[in-house]
Amino acid sequence: MNWVRVRKDSVVINGNMLATESTGQAMLKEVYKKCIGDYPKFFKMDALCRLGFVASELLLQQESPRVVNTEHRAVILFNRSSSLCDDRNYQETIQDSDNFFPSPAVFVYTLPNIITGEISIRNKYYGETLFAVLKQFDAREIHDIVCEAFLDSMTLDVITGWVDCESDDDFEACMLLVARDENNFTPEFINEI
Amino acid sequence: MIVKIADNITSPLGFDTATNYAAVLEGRSCLKPHEDKWNVPEPFMASLFEDGAIAKRFSAIGGNVHKYSRFEQLCILSVALALKQVPHIDVASKRTALVISTTKGNVEALDSNYSGPGNEYLGYSAQMIAEYFGFTTTPIVVSNACISGLCAQIVAMRGIESGRFDTIVVVGADVQSRFIVTGFQSFKALSHEECKPFDINRQGLNLGEAAATVIYQKVEGENHNCWMAMSGAIRNDANHISGPSRTGEGSYRALRAVLEGVDISQIGLVNVHGTSTPYNDEMEAIALGRMKLDKTPINTLKGYYGHTMGAAGVLETVLSMHALDHGIVLATRGYEQCGTSIPVNVSAQHRNTSAMSFVKLLSGFGGCNAAMLFKKGGAA
Repeated sequence: MNWVRVRKDSVVINGNMLATESTGQAMLKEVYKKCIGDYPKFFKMDALCRLGFVASELLLQQESPRVVNTEHRAVILFNRSSSLCDDRNYQETIQDSDNFFPSPAVFVYTLPNIITGEISIRNKYYGETLFAVLKQFDAREIHDIVCEAFLDSMTLDVITGWVDCESDDDFEACMLLVARDENNFTPEFINEI
Repeated sequence: MIVKIADNITSPLGFDTATNYAAVLEGRSCLKPHEDKWNVPEPFMASLFEDGAIAKRFSAIGGNVHKYSRFEQLCILSVALALKQVPHIDVASKRTALVISTTKGNVEALDSNYSGPGNEYLGYSAQMIAEYFGFTTTPIVVSNACISGLCAQIVAMRGIESGRFDTIVVVGADVQSRFIVTGFQSFKALSHEECKPFDINRQGLNLGEAAATVIYQKVEGENHNCWMAMSGAIRNDANHISGPSRTGEGSYRALRAVLEGVDISQIGLVNVHGTSTPYNDEMEAIALGRMKLDKTPINTLKGYYGHTMGAAGVLETVLSMHALDHGIVLATRGYEQCGTSIPVNVSAQHRNTSAMSFVKLLSGFGGCNAAMLFKKGGAA
């Protein structure tokens, strides 16, 4: 079972540390340039989507051959801060009536599930996309919701995990690809990532 | 089977399902033009609670208005009235869960002028609502844009089907704010007039406030005269984060999934999203056409309530159930003349039906789409 963990100052793929020189948003850009590079839409994304996008790309690069164009793969993500990082950016554009410049490009990211859409668009995944918010990280809850997602017979595997962005430079993601018959997918495994 | 054992709709039209149903049957709506509301520079049309109306009701049930935000009060009001119908439910049981559907929750707390209780974290609001009633399991907040209300019901269905829970309370709610209204205005998605779903002159959506609750429980067999949640599916367009697919891809695939093996002639109604934006309604008509549902009666309730966001999926499911209980396919308020490239079976009048099954369809930002199939127990 492939997994990645991205924190503000480190990237770990299947237990192996990826060498990085920067932190925060600069680190996400550094990883994008070094490891991805072919998706300029990345630069339009808000911080939560950049985080989720980088994590998903690093995860999917472990897959061979990389699966695209499928309805059999779901994207089910969780966090604590919803889209609050971008919500705060949007609030700034409308806070003062004298300095009022609401932008659709900012507003569109004020929904946490946009990252599930970004991953689906990138990979042409037509399957289920779901986003849920918890008061705090809860491996048991994530595990149970993902196991129950397989009740949809179309879903053969799930990209899941925790993608939380409290601010531009304070974030954490862990993401894994879980197959329908994966025996090692347990709350303990999620906790260890 | 997973059946609905209680429900509630709390909206500007009324504080219970029966009052809402009666108002809609009379063709009423609380869509009104608002000027200078929340200091929004441009006027807008929306269905909003009167100032203080939620707090007044909340006080009347003994709630502390200084402890709970407007959003939390609205959720609690709706859940309380649904729970009252089923006093035997053990809310504190490890086998009972709460699923909350919302897009923006208490986002108005981000405004530096906000002076109400609580904060902007959805998990915090969920905890406040869960503790009010004494739920002991972790509340889940499903935040999946405009399809949240169906996703929450699908998560609930699965939680019961897997055997993890016996009873799940699903509440969908959103309150409007300067944040949401200006955002939709920046998208040029709002109509200045009352919305005109599927109409040739439709120009955009209206926003609305509401909460709705449905309580699901597992029962054996189909001899119970209750509404059953038969199947649900969520699918993505994989196309664009803010524009619907031109082929109705995700909606079509979601419909295909829930109708697999189902005789489409038995479906009496597809209650669609029908926001009244040019693109949404066109997309849904294409998806319905691809699924050969273009001759099946369809309707949308946005002309009565506006787009109630996190509440929509639950509210529209509950109201559709009550209408079919009375043998009625509710009129699509605001519709006059077909305005989609694939003509669909929509009407400005209430219609009679004997059908006892329907499909609920929604789509939203992030390219997400969801469908659910419902059937009345005891029906052929």
